[in-house]
Amino acid sequence: MGGTKTASTPTNGSKGSTRSKTLLYVGLALLMIIVPVTFQAATGLGFLVRILVVVGIWVLLALGLNIVVGYAGLLDLGYIAFYAMGAYAGVLIGQSFSSVLGGATYWVMLVPAAIAGAVTGLALGFPVLRLRGDYLAIVTLGFGEIVRICLNNNIFGLTNGATGLPKGGDQLVPPFGAIWLQDHVRFDTPIGQFVFSQNLFWYFIVVLLCIIAIIVITRLDDSRLGRAWVAMRENEVAAAACGVNIMTQKLWAFSLGALSGGVAGVTFAYVQQFISPESFTFMESVFVVCIIVLGGMGSIRGVIVGALLIRGIPDLIQGLAVAGVLKLPGSAISMISGYRFLVFGLLMVIMMAVRPQGIIPSSRRARELRPDDERQLEEEDQTMWDVEHREQVSVHNP
Amino acid sequence: MSLSYLLEQTLNGVTLGGLYALLALGYTLVYGILLMINFAHSELFMLGGYVGLGVLKLLSDPATVKATGLGFLEPIQAFFMSGTVGFVALLVATFGISAIVVGILGMVIERFAYRPLRHAPRLAPLISAIGVSIFLQNAVLLWIDSKQLPYTRADGSAFVTAQTAFTIGTVHVSTMQVFIVVTSLVLLALLDTFVSKTRIGRAMRATSQDGEAAGLMGVNINSVIALAFFIGPALGAVAGVFNGMYYGSVKFNMGFVPGIKSFTAAVIGGIGNLRGAMLGGFLLGIIESLASGFVSNAYRDVIAFVVLILVLIFRPGGLLGEAVAEKV
Repeated sequence: MGGTKTASTPTNGSKGSTRSKTLLYVGLALLMIIVPVTFQAATGLGFLVRILVVVGIWVLLALGLNIVVGYAGLLDLGYIAFYAMGAYAGVLIGQSFSSVLGGATYWVMLVPAAIAGAVTGLALGFPVLRLRGDYLAIVTLGFGEIVRICLNNNIFGLTNGATGLPKGGDQLVPPFGAIWLQDHVRFDTPIGQFVFSQNLFWYFIVVLLCIIAIIVITRLDDSRLGRAWVAMRENEVAAAACGVNIMTQKLWAFSLGALSGGVAGVTFAYVQQFISPESFTFMESVFVVCIIVLGGMGSIRGVIVGALLIRGIPDLIQGLAVAGVLKLPGSAISMISGYRFLVFGLLMVIMMAVRPQGIIPSSRRARELRPDDERQLEEEDQTMWDVEHREQVSVHNP
Repeated sequence: MSLSYLLEQTLNGVTLGGLYALLALGYTLVYGILLMINFAHSELFMLGGYVGLGVLKLLSDPATVKATGLGFLEPIQAFFMSGTVGFVALLVATFGISAIVVGILGMVIERFAYRPLRHAPRLAPLISAIGVSIFLQNAVLLWIDSKQLPYTRADGSAFVTAQTAFTIGTVHVSTMQVFIVVTSLVLLALLDTFVSKTRIGRAMRATSQDGEAAGLMGVNINSVIALAFFIGPALGAVAGVFNGMYYGSVKFNMGFVPGIKSFTAAVIGGIGNLRGAMLGGFLLGIIESLASGFVSNAYRDVIAFVVLILVLIFRPGGLLGEAVAEKV
């Protein structure tokens, strides 16, 4: 009887925490619907929805790179190349078939963009993934620059150089329903007229993509592949000795990350209706790495928070100030955009010294990044001792 | 595609190679000891160019003195602007001050951004270095100028005029080119002697072989590392001043591309190996120059990066280095 009682207490506790967790998720979901709708309805704030869309694309990018950096422990400083591949593949192929596909162009183009990203990832990964960590970082950086320079120089006459795509006069077809919703869903609210704009449409698409990515990545993390990544990240030699095929696992991580980058790229292209090599510089790659480092390597929640902090908050504050909702002097507005990178640089240094595991660390990753923490080590030793001791007890008892 | 064109491109390549070699030494010194890529090195090169410009303006540009109201500099300027002795003194002062300032900055960066991470996982210092690099670039962008600054006096005259030193056939070799190549060779030889012959140099080599053991033998590892972080950036600053004089301007983002290429040079030669870095620097300079002259100028950076990728794949140990096995 005593046994049942002790067993029921933790079940109750976990039930309570599940309920509060559900509440939290429902609250978050409501917030994610209410905020953009409010922006859209309020007069003169509609452009903030566009900022949210861009933030969403960055969440998607960061989630993808997080597979490579956070899970597999490979530093990729040229991640933006896959984003660029996805964007250019989606636009170039999409333009040739848009007369046939019409409103489905974007949806169909997700496939070639994802393939373009993944194939580039495999092609780059196959020769370079055997390199040690920091060499890999430099090679990927070089690859990112190669892609950007080639795009900029109008390689094979395809990319239209620095002027970007689509060429003057051409337009990318918006997805099904976007125009219809924009024309038919509109009503007056106390704060202004609500129009179901294309931006809002894109917002929901991007949120959907992010949710899919999160589900896939969570499942991956708990899979055999995810465990192999952790083992490989912690100690490559030991993992190889335990039968993990290092090269295959690395290629999986690299190409899955690249695939996600390609999807983000084509989405970006169709949202912006325009792409040019300027959007794919080394700084953008650093931006994504920065998001992951600040948020917490290997932590999905951390990455989302990082993207919101780095990409979202400064843009939103700036947008609100420009719209006149926040009363900020002009000098402060220009300060936000000017000092942004300076602060990021400093933050990266400080984070590495003070909290290398990030704002919301992944529980597994935190242990690896703070191995010198003596209490942690002691705790680990204690657990090991407990395990051994319990085994002994259970062996002796019967 | 005449012979003189080939010669001209090779000459440009050697000059460029001198700059790469100076920069590559900084990467290789730090990598040899700490096994980390000092990503901020390219920014120290850029700052060297800016400090050099500042010194040159203060010491030999009357308009700057008038604008800043530093009247006491006038007699000093009179000395630096008169005759050959003054000119040589001006060059020594420019390179010396720039090297010392940037060298000290390098030590400060090491102390605050890298030293706390010495026992952290390997990616941590690299990320920290990227942070330092972004910070420095934006500091210059925000607090000095976002535009390109000409490497001239206010009236537009160059501090060092490039005359023709001598001609080979129809190819003119400028004093500037001779100056860059000779100075870099001298500095490289000095550093090589310092590391292989002196007591401190031996301490550096010991630390790079096995830091912990060197520490047990009585080598002060912290000061050895600090010294490496002084010498490397100081040489980088010299390259920065040369770069400004040779190409005629400085800009906040000028360090990035030469930085990556110099790292490539260090890898080509065998990272951690000083002579390898020199060899790699000159080799890459010549390859790049010939490629831009005979293949495509627009793709010169691509060619340098492709060389990097190929070297890392096929000979990760470099030309003069040995393949390093992963320690267990």
